Amino acid sequence: MNTPPPVVPEKSRGALVFAAVIIGLFFVGLMFLLAYGVKQSGRADRESLPSPLIGKPAPAFDLPVLHDPKVRISNKDLAGAPYVMNVWGSWCPECRVEHPVLTKFALTKRVRFIGYNLKDERSEALRWLEQFGNPYVLVIADEDGRAAIDWGIYGAPETFLVDGLGIVRWKHVGAVTDEILANELIPALEKAEGKR
Amino acid sequence: MSTPLRTRMRGGWSARAVSLVGLLLAGLLLAGTVLAQASDPTPLVFRDDAEEARFHQLTTELRCVMCQNQSLADSNAQIAHDLRREVLDLMRQGKNNAQIKQFLVERYGEFVLYKPDVAPGTWLLWFGPAALVLIGGVVVVLIVRRRSAREVPPANDEQEW
Repeated sequence: MNTPPPVVPEKSRGALVFAAVIIGLFFVGLMFLLAYGVKQSGRADRESLPSPLIGKPAPAFDLPVLHDPKVRISNKDLAGAPYVMNVWGSWCPECRVEHPVLTKFALTKRVRFIGYNLKDERSEALRWLEQFGNPYVLVIADEDGRAAIDWGIYGAPETFLVDGLGIVRWKHVGAVTDEILANELIPALEKAEGKR
Repeated sequence: MSTPLRTRMRGGWSARAVSLVGLLLAGLLLAGTVLAQASDPTPLVFRDDAEEARFHQLTTELRCVMCQNQSLADSNAQIAHDLRREVLDLMRQGKNNAQIKQFLVERYGEFVLYKPDVAPGTWLLWFGPAALVLIGGVVVVLIVRRRSAREVPPANDEQEW
């Protein structure tokens, strides 16, 4: 009635062990992948995209100055020395968070610090600067957000570093912190100044 | 004595409930205005059905850069509105689909493509699954071959089923 247990020959057992090892390795691999994913998801900038503009010339633009819309600024006007460009809007809550950090940085007068007012009402933008202070040497206004597409801007805040030759050297998506300034922007700026 | 107290308490509770409901309503209204600010007041107008069909086909193949698991067609983010408008403009300038995709890739990176190009950097993505199936197939063939090489035990005619 009872069938005898199947006898596993030596050769086949070797294959079984081999298969078990392979499957085990596969699962260990999966575990590492999961651990990597969990670690990555903890990064504050996990959703920020790497900009394809890094190392390429900044896009050509021609935009009015926020405080005096009759005056227009193009990328040629900014050539010759590095500048940091900060994208902000009065509608952007994160911009308020980074504002004190950027103000402190701007006060060091380390580099020209330019504001890029994105998709804003002029009066709202001016009121915002009056309320929180204006750290920018110049604010350019992009009311319809057209020029922002050329920059690969997809929200605010975003911050760019452009060197004296007009090459984009660094970009940060999201609020800038003291750590990001010290560990990323300042070294990038030193490198850009060295190259000039 | 106890009845007025209870009514007062009940009154207190209902007043609190009313203020809570008011707070919720205020919150909803606030959320409503925030959303209203984020949506585009000017919807796109298409010249004909063919243009609309091409536009929808193209925007479902493009990924929204803000809300990263939605296509450009589905997303309600401000930047998605702007990019849709840009895509339509580029279509009207006579650009073909490949040129429009190239335009966006130059600015936002490969990420915007739901179907990335076949390039050395994306080989794993394109051929990884097929390679896994192939490796599995080879393993299966090896095992089957090894087993069939073994002698088949003679059939037991006395076995009753």
